[in-house]
Amino acid sequence: MIELTDISKTFNVRKKTINAVQDVNLKINDGEIYGIVGYSGAGKSTLVRMFNGLETPSTGTVTINGTVMSELSGKALRDERQKMGMIFQYFNLLWSRTVIENIAFPLELTKVPKAERLAKAEALIKTVGLEGRENAYPSELSGGQQQRVAIARALANDPKILLSDEATSGLDPKTTDEVLDLLLKINKELNITIVVITHEMHVIRKICDRMAVMDDGKVVEEGSVFEIFRHPQEEITKRFVSEEETPQLDDTTVVINELLAQVPTGKIVKLTFHGDQAKLPIISEMLRQFPEVDLNIVDGSIHQTQEGSIGTLYLQLLGDEAEINGAEEYLHKMRVGTEVIRGE
Amino acid sequence: MVSDTTGFSSYFHLSQVDWSNMWSATLETIWMTVFSLILVAIIGILLGLLLFETTGQTNLGARFINGLTSLFVNVFRSIPFIILIVLLLPITKGLVGTIIGPKAALPSLIISAAPFYARMVELAFHEIDHGVIEAAEAMGATKAQIIFKVLLPESSPALVSGITVTGISLIGYTAMAGVIGAGGLGNLAYLDGFQASNNTVTLVATVIILLVVFVFQIIGDWTVRHLDKRITN
Repeated sequence: MIELTDISKTFNVRKKTINAVQDVNLKINDGEIYGIVGYSGAGKSTLVRMFNGLETPSTGTVTINGTVMSELSGKALRDERQKMGMIFQYFNLLWSRTVIENIAFPLELTKVPKAERLAKAEALIKTVGLEGRENAYPSELSGGQQQRVAIARALANDPKILLSDEATSGLDPKTTDEVLDLLLKINKELNITIVVITHEMHVIRKICDRMAVMDDGKVVEEGSVFEIFRHPQEEITKRFVSEEETPQLDDTTVVINELLAQVPTGKIVKLTFHGDQAKLPIISEMLRQFPEVDLNIVDGSIHQTQEGSIGTLYLQLLGDEAEINGAEEYLHKMRVGTEVIRGE
Repeated sequence: MVSDTTGFSSYFHLSQVDWSNMWSATLETIWMTVFSLILVAIIGILLGLLLFETTGQTNLGARFINGLTSLFVNVFRSIPFIILIVLLLPITKGLVGTIIGPKAALPSLIISAAPFYARMVELAFHEIDHGVIEAAEAMGATKAQIIFKVLLPESSPALVSGITVTGISLIGYTAMAGVIGAGGLGNLAYLDGFQASNNTVTLVATVIILLVVFVFQIIGDWTVRHLDKRITN
């Protein structure tokens, strides 16, 4: 368990005082993936760096499994740091070492015998899926592969906690998802607590159990990811939640979240019509073929674009499950994009 | 005796070159350069490390050490070498017991080149991505582990190219030291070449010094290329 109690951090830069972190109280449970989201300068990186003592709080305490990190120094601090792994935006690998030497590096620091640390590194290479690249240098790897090496390196000491400071911010969307899947796998298989710092809501939604939103050094909203995505309270949280959805639907996302709350029953599907489909009576034909289905239009819109019109329709479907599935199949057949927003 | 001492042809009386003298002078030059270079590398890295570790610290002791080291480095880097040799004569006599011969050149060679190299070392350390050092700290590395396992290997190409540049200027310095009696090719070119009006000896000494410089440069470049794993071929 990680506990932050009344954490504040002030920096003095050229006679100006900057409150990087203000009065933060958080509890992170063992085995969960906890996300801290905020725009750059919100203080989230400063906050996470206090977890392993790279930064010390001006006031307050960081307690990790009963040990007050902010009071440690010297050997005691180094010993605690070895129980935590950390990954970074720019990977921070040693370019002068091969993949396997990079992964074995933390074990070298703790003076594990060579044969043992190479065996361990070899096993970690399998965990992160880099078989065959053992003797490559970081400069020969893609960004995603380098981050895999960094993750393997962070796991070398069998840590209980993994800190991820914007670890996917330098990666393309596909690679980001691969790295996130890996983190999820690590969390499930090794039962490691993961603290994720990010400015991307996508990262939070994909892997986090609980989350905090930071703005201007303060935690403005905190709770389960599920709840926050459905009922964002603060303005900034709403903005983050809406950014996560596809760009052209920016505004409706918040609306949809509200509608989902108002329509608690039935299956909600999102239909997308392109071009000429928007002109056909597809929905009425669907109802004629599956009369047992009750239909309620939750939200809808038609946008005119360069390629023609694009329509979106959010439907609440009620009734017999077989009939609903049949209706969905019919929509598929008519090449209408169908996405289930919420099942029964 | 020397038949003609002027004109272009005076450079090519190869029969008048005492090759065994030339050879021993070459060995003296190489010995002075390599021996002083080893000590320059050690002292330079220590001073560079001291500068790097004490830069940007708020701690009063660290700032004092930084100021003192900086002053030492700047002063000895600025004194023209020919003046430094003369200035250090009494110290040289005390240290090595003599003021002539290759050994006598060592103190001034080291004292002038080590601060020069120290600045290059400091720069090389500053070029290492700070995130890498921080990552090692996050893993619980000690200061010594960071120095030996991060700073030195990660800056190795810059350290080697720095030592190549320093080595080449040391070859130049040994020639200057030769003029005041330190031996080596500079000494030979001055005594047997200039004072005996034997232009051929001067030219041959020059060519050998150039060859030594080229060999230094080639070894240095080759080493850097093999150390630097950031470039993929």
